[in-house]
Amino acid sequence: MSWIALSLIVWAAAFALNVFLVRHGGRSAAYVVPVIFGLTILFIWEGMVRGLNISPVLLPPPSAIGAALASKTHILWTDLVQTFFKGALTGYVMGCGSAIMVALLIDRSPFLQRGLLPVGNFIAALPIVGLAPIMVMWFGFDWQSKAAVVVAMVFFPMLVNTVQGLQATDAMQRDLMRTYAASYGQTLRYLRLPAAMPFIFNGLKISTTLALIGAIVAEFFGSPIKGMGFRISTEVGRLALDMVWAEITVAALLGSAFYGLMALLEKRATFWHPSQRK
Amino acid sequence: MRNILPILTVVAGIVVLWYALAVMLNAPWAYAQAKRADTTLSFGEMVQHTMAQDKPRLPAPHQVATEIWETTAEKKITSKRSLIYHGWITLRATLLGFAFGTALGIGLAVSIVYFRVMDMSVMPWIIASQTVPILAIAPMIVVVLAALQVNDIVAKGVISMYLSFFPVVVGMVKGLRSPDAMLLDQMKTYSASASQTFWKLRLPTSTPYLFASLKVAVAASLIGAVVAELSLSQNGGLGARLLAGSYYGQTIQIWSALLSAATLAALMVITLGVLEKMTLKRMGMAQ
Repeated sequence: MSWIALSLIVWAAAFALNVFLVRHGGRSAAYVVPVIFGLTILFIWEGMVRGLNISPVLLPPPSAIGAALASKTHILWTDLVQTFFKGALTGYVMGCGSAIMVALLIDRSPFLQRGLLPVGNFIAALPIVGLAPIMVMWFGFDWQSKAAVVVAMVFFPMLVNTVQGLQATDAMQRDLMRTYAASYGQTLRYLRLPAAMPFIFNGLKISTTLALIGAIVAEFFGSPIKGMGFRISTEVGRLALDMVWAEITVAALLGSAFYGLMALLEKRATFWHPSQRK
Repeated sequence: MRNILPILTVVAGIVVLWYALAVMLNAPWAYAQAKRADTTLSFGEMVQHTMAQDKPRLPAPHQVATEIWETTAEKKITSKRSLIYHGWITLRATLLGFAFGTALGIGLAVSIVYFRVMDMSVMPWIIASQTVPILAIAPMIVVVLAALQVNDIVAKGVISMYLSFFPVVVGMVKGLRSPDAMLLDQMKTYSASASQTFWKLRLPTSTPYLFASLKVAVAASLIGAVVAELSLSQNGGLGARLLAGSYYGQTIQIWSALLSAATLAALMVITLGVLEKMTLKRMGMAQ
């Protein structure tokens, strides 16, 4: 009972503090307020699990998840290497790279572009993750099949974004390049690729999450005895949910870091774009 | 309409590519069969063989089409081998999750627009929540909900909800904030109350944004339901067909389940598109 009361009090106090900070906190409030909110959630979670005697098989408290994170670091690291560096990252580089190449290839044919945009948009909305069992059948249990799923998942969102980006210059700018007697390659290099960068980075950012999801879900259909998806499905079977949540925490941090990295690169590459200016 | 010809060309290109891949991927098995039977295959015979294998590595498009025809039109809907039966199971979970997700998304968006505390504390976490590979947690959520004696449609719906609320929140926040200062000021000169401003200005202006997000959300919702069915396969559904197909090497079954999921997604997006056109027309906002 005392745990429930305590977490309710903490919740009310943190809420009041946040309201105060929003009104009077100034600029730093933008960073402090979400952190306080997150910590409060963790505390209430811990308090409710203890106060209501929820079985750790259903929902482990954050402290147990933290303990699993600290004590099983080596397992988490091997899983991360297998799933992220071998599966997701390889597929991400191959998928995004080939999508950009294909976009550049069809760039010269407006006819193909008009057809490809709607079709690509449609395919990007499909449950492509369902290809996972087929890819496992084609490429075997190891990371190659995971990379293949990731390639299939990131290819179309990336293609659509790049094609759209390459169309982003306006007629005036293209005419200017023509008056300079710029060749196709020069126009591409100095005008259209830079103009396409915001779109390309948008695709790259969307693809980070897709890559991680693809690699993890593909492991549900067969994998060597390591990998985040493998660990999640086997530990759920053993009802060791603290380990499952530890994997999820790693995946969440990884996903955020990967996305953050892309956002950072975007800031560097497209500093001139209105959305990046302060 | 002027896009029809290019689209058809691209689709035809994909089909041709598919046939070529089918020949390439299935050829080794055709040759192996011929070797065992001590015959040699001419190129034409080999191509014929690759089009009609029982468990091809990549079934040819017409094989998948035949399978889909047989499991939809020629089977009774109540049969466990009917794709319509499985599609209906998936559709129910999708729509339930979609409804939950939309409600949650709109609710969050309204509170974010009206309360600065919500905006500052919750919004960053909503964005962070989507960098988490949610589908990866699907099996665990399903196990936990099953332990709580939750109906399995609701369990699948929860995952669909998690995937579909995000586009709605982002779109609606943008939409509810889209009326410009001039219009908001005008409402003030009419001495409109907060609720009047909401119902008569903010909500109507946000409708186009709402429909754009709903289309994304419904596709995400279907993906959630299909993946959830991978871990709730005993109750059927398109995801269960995928899993069963992968266990028994029934590639034709996998592809037909995939294509039906794709068709389902397309139908839902098109339906929303039609609803969008009708609504915007009645509101006088059609372009």
